[in-house]
Amino acid sequence: MNGHRMKLAVGPILYLWERRAALDFYAALCDAPVDIVYLGEVVCSKRRVLQREDWPMVAHALENAGKEVVYSTLALIEAESELATMVRIVDTSGGRLEANDMAVVQYAAGRPFVAGPHLNIYNDATLQWMAAHGARRWVAPVELPLATIAALGAARPAGLEIEVFAYGRLPLAFSARCFTARSHDLPKDDCGFICGNYPDGITLFSRDDQPFLTLNGIQTQSAAVQNLSDNVAELRAAGVDILRLSPQSRDFAAVIHAFRTALDTTGAVATFPEPSLPGGYCDGYLRGEAGIEHAG
Amino acid sequence: MSLELVCPAGTLPALRAAVDHGADAVYIGFRGATNARNFPGLNFSEVEAATGIRYAHARGVRVFVALNIYPSPATWQIGTETIDRAARLGVDALILADPGLMRYAADRHPALRLHLSVQGSATNWRAIELYRREFGIQRAVLPRVLSVTQVARLVKRTAVEIEVFGFGSLCVMVEGRCALSSYATGHSPNSQGVCSPAHAVRWDETPAGRESRLNGILIDRYAPGEAAGYPTLCKGRFRVNDVVFHALEEPTSLNALDVLPTLAASGVKAIKVEGRQRSPAYVGQVTGLLRRALDLCAAAARAAPGDELTGNASDGSIEPWAPPADLLAALDALAEGRTHTLGAYHRPWQ
Repeated sequence: MNGHRMKLAVGPILYLWERRAALDFYAALCDAPVDIVYLGEVVCSKRRVLQREDWPMVAHALENAGKEVVYSTLALIEAESELATMVRIVDTSGGRLEANDMAVVQYAAGRPFVAGPHLNIYNDATLQWMAAHGARRWVAPVELPLATIAALGAARPAGLEIEVFAYGRLPLAFSARCFTARSHDLPKDDCGFICGNYPDGITLFSRDDQPFLTLNGIQTQSAAVQNLSDNVAELRAAGVDILRLSPQSRDFAAVIHAFRTALDTTGAVATFPEPSLPGGYCDGYLRGEAGIEHAG
Repeated sequence: MSLELVCPAGTLPALRAAVDHGADAVYIGFRGATNARNFPGLNFSEVEAATGIRYAHARGVRVFVALNIYPSPATWQIGTETIDRAARLGVDALILADPGLMRYAADRHPALRLHLSVQGSATNWRAIELYRREFGIQRAVLPRVLSVTQVARLVKRTAVEIEVFGFGSLCVMVEGRCALSSYATGHSPNSQGVCSPAHAVRWDETPAGRESRLNGILIDRYAPGEAAGYPTLCKGRFRVNDVVFHALEEPTSLNALDVLPTLAASGVKAIKVEGRQRSPAYVGQVTGLLRRALDLCAAAARAAPGDELTGNASDGSIEPWAPPADLLAALDALAEGRTHTLGAYHRPWQ
């Protein structure tokens, strides 16, 4: 190891899970070897994975277990009601906040926040500007090559941490349209929370059966899981401080342990669970290639 | 209230066509990876831009320059040089997405008018307010995700002029927040100014039919005689839960004609036409048709002043206004898939 201890973060749950499943998930994280846990809803303002009063309870338990807790905010903010929710989250977050839309930066300006993966920060000038507004950590957009992240890291504002999406189906796009409801011929305004039937999203296949994308409400993800567990040394050399693992419904404890092993044991080959989702692994973005590529 | 018509030009002949057919403003880009239509054979050199600006200004038409990629450290200098060039040429506005470039433009060229690009991905008044407060933007182009009702509410909350899309190819995803193209091909609108780029496209004639692929990924397959379209990846046919369909969107165009009076009454400032990659003939025709629509719409508003045009119908349509059938037919004939949609303006689309 070259001196800097990388941290593990668990990203927000991107799917509509049952309340019980989500509570169990967070209870398990209290004992898991992770450092940071992101809570809250990023994808759909209609979803209520947990009740409003559940979140402080979950946060409290995680903080008692020594975890840093951060409240994530919605990526696509359209309605006044969504702005109002965002304002409430900012006001009650106690500076533990991930901004995923510029509306949050506008409202929270001056207070510390994490610049989330859905803010477009692609260069030094923008990163400096964001830091001047209170960003203390930057989660790189998923399509940025590691070389670009390293270049930004080399000139980073003092104290700014860099986090990279290291495991999970990649959040690629947002739309006004709910693709999950549409795939069931349901109107978005009367969706019946059909996405709750798909705890890892719905895999979209090409007509020659290649798993290509994942439908998750208004969000489109990759079908492949981006898995950077073999790239820890490169990530560390690039100045990355934190690896984000995006929750999935199965085998997540094993994923955490594999990453913990890769971080703590130089040169160790992590034992990884067999992928439970169609689509396998990908890591192309790291090298500036198509994200779907996989060098392994 | 009259709506300004903002038309695309990928080449000098297209710029002239837009100007001659009634555009109030034309938007262009410079060659290279500086804008969201970085296609081979497209866009302006500095000399061509100067010629185009002279042509437009002589006829009372303004010229905007789009520089709407997010430069990386490696391409940063191209971005700042483009801003300097646009300022030197005396363009009427610069259309930017990247906050870093906005900072540069606002500091170095304080007199240069700034518009927030659709790629800036601002879908609410607070996001727009951030760019106004920080960089003094005077206009924002809205992503194609808001309903007409949401557009109207947003306009009321901001001092910034609002421009919305009126016609052309439909982005299904929030502009500036879509990495589908880079996931499939390594090239994206944000980084390289392209979506589903031509160099990644392959057509194959197979026993199963004609197939279009993007970097090897099957986007669509066409039966004999079936019309085939460009394989924009969000408009392909895919299999979801064992059903094959256009799972994200069909090949169709956005056409906001039905809601023009509502948009005008809401205080929207300008209507934008997509299509800098289109031919001069297309640009001329679409510009002329939309000019006619906007003039008819303004005449209807003058003839029936008052609350009839305030757009209170729940689906956003307005009773006194029905776009002439020949106008719609002419635009459909020019549209992708030869059909149109109101897109997100119309809530059920969502």
